[in-house]
Amino acid sequence: MRAGPCLRPVGPLSCARRPRPFRPRIQNRSGTLFAYLAKRLLFMLPLLLGITLISFAVIHLAPGSTVDLETSMNPRVSAEARERLRHLYGLDQPLHVQYGRWLKRLATLDLGESFAPDHRPVKDKILERIPVTLTIELLALGLIFAVAVPLGVASAVRQYSLFDKISTVVVFVGFAIPTFWLALLLMILFGVKLGWLPISGIRSLDHDSLSAAGKIADYARHLALPVFLSAFGGLAGLSRYMRSNMLEVIRQDYITTARAKGLPENDVIYRHALRNALLPVVTILGLSLPALIGGAVIFESIFAIPGMGQLFYQGVLARDYPLIMGILVIGAVLTLVGNLLADICYALVDPRIRVGG
Amino acid sequence: MSPFLRDVARNQLAAAGFVAVAILALVAIFAPWIAPSPPDRIDASNVLAAPDRAHPLGTDELGRDVASRMIYGARISLAVGFVAVGIAVAIGIAIGALAGYYGGWVDAVAMRFTDIMLCFPTFFLILAVIAYLNPSIWNIMIVIGITSWMGVARLVRAEFLSLKEREFVVAARAQGVGDARIIFRHILPNAMAPVYVSAILGVAGAVLVESSLSFLGLGVPPPTPSWGNILTAGKDNIEIAWWLSLYPGFAILITVLGYNLLGEGIRDALDPRLREGRGRRA
Repeated sequence: MRAGPCLRPVGPLSCARRPRPFRPRIQNRSGTLFAYLAKRLLFMLPLLLGITLISFAVIHLAPGSTVDLETSMNPRVSAEARERLRHLYGLDQPLHVQYGRWLKRLATLDLGESFAPDHRPVKDKILERIPVTLTIELLALGLIFAVAVPLGVASAVRQYSLFDKISTVVVFVGFAIPTFWLALLLMILFGVKLGWLPISGIRSLDHDSLSAAGKIADYARHLALPVFLSAFGGLAGLSRYMRSNMLEVIRQDYITTARAKGLPENDVIYRHALRNALLPVVTILGLSLPALIGGAVIFESIFAIPGMGQLFYQGVLARDYPLIMGILVIGAVLTLVGNLLADICYALVDPRIRVGG
Repeated sequence: MSPFLRDVARNQLAAAGFVAVAILALVAIFAPWIAPSPPDRIDASNVLAAPDRAHPLGTDELGRDVASRMIYGARISLAVGFVAVGIAVAIGIAIGALAGYYGGWVDAVAMRFTDIMLCFPTFFLILAVIAYLNPSIWNIMIVIGITSWMGVARLVRAEFLSLKEREFVVAARAQGVGDARIIFRHILPNAMAPVYVSAILGVAGAVLVESSLSFLGLGVPPPTPSWGNILTAGKDNIEIAWWLSLYPGFAILITVLGYNLLGEGIRDALDPRLREGRGRRA
């Protein structure tokens, strides 16, 4: 297929590689954010069901049932008692019945009782840990966004400059650094050698005696390293992504037009290019949630932070299966919710999504 | 700088990655000849000794030579990396090829399954499965493999979707060639390029996951030397023995960086769109 007559001078935007013209899709003018949302929610249902199905499969494919675990330590348990326990837990029912029951309890957020000596409901244990983890993740997300976007834009605007090269190298190294190792090094530097920051927990022993401002400062000192480390991995990826987006956008026709009509370069970059380059970043932030939540296990156990990650780690060490399954399901659902939020943000800032798709 | 020089500079990064990967492979293969002492030799009189002439990277809490343990650790990391990625690639190809080739409900089911797997925070999923298994090097490989095939499946499916419409496939089908033969002999070889890139990058990811798991005490069980295990000892002795924390992490960093650079370099070389974007016309 040949392109039409080319009137523009041959340059980076010659006909050979002219980007596809932008055609807004407006077949469906009645599409609203609400309809879009409803559709997205509907699509989420099978995913949600699949998540529970896989979680359930993981529970039941595992060798050794709950009953074996509870009775294997006690040789005096008779076969009948074991049968009674099996009946009590519903393990004598066919699998699909068990799945149905489990799902029904899940719907009411009844995740069962922890195997830990305290025998508390898993739901309570998780709920009291979620705020800590969410706070750290949200702060980390904010930090990622605040640092990665300017970094990516600066690299793209000055492509192949010294700054761009240095940031490229830093990003590559950042990708490769094991976060838990960086955590150890920073603990040694700031905690042990310099003694500036505490290296465990989220508050000091004398926290309650501090003033309000002192309490906030105390939290900040404890959370500085965890938040930085949590953000670190995503930082490298997002700034790289931002750079390539920006590079793509500033090659578009409308940027050339903006320049041609004499707009100051800053206006071109920050008003015309940045807005368009930012759009996909929203989705990426949503997609980076699983990695962030997963990473919480590592740094929460390193820094002894009482969050969901640490709870999960302790659960795994103690083979506390109800707890493990509860967190697994909740982690997946949180991811799903994060993706949905990202989609909503995307639809809010980009009307094309709402009207078209 | 001219586009040509830029290309050379980029290739140099990939070359540096290749050198790192090759050196690591040699170290892993020839570990018994390179290591200054056996990795398990305990020296009770030299516990937590700082780096010196006898122990260039110091000793650990049992007086074992850290340099030797790291050299043997390279074997563990690479073995886990390669086997895990092999498993992931095999599953990914199977699911992606079926979905892309047959389409319809097979495709719908396979891709929804892939989406669902992607919803789980990977590290949570890995830990949850490990909680049911005994930590052993084989289990670690299997678990990493069965939780990281999703990217490969999507790549292979996309390749199959476009390749199955091409003339050579249509011609093969017209000659009465069976489905299996078309999939494995005609389409798959043409779909492998992005898979290789993904596999090389996957080795880097698997090495990171293995060391994280070992660091948490849920990976390769302790007497076996693994970089993550040495780092655990580093954490336990963080106030006195910095060398236990510094060097193994450095080894992980170099490994992951090497595979990433190599993978990205190959990807750029394979993707003509990117090359054009850098200002060179093919």
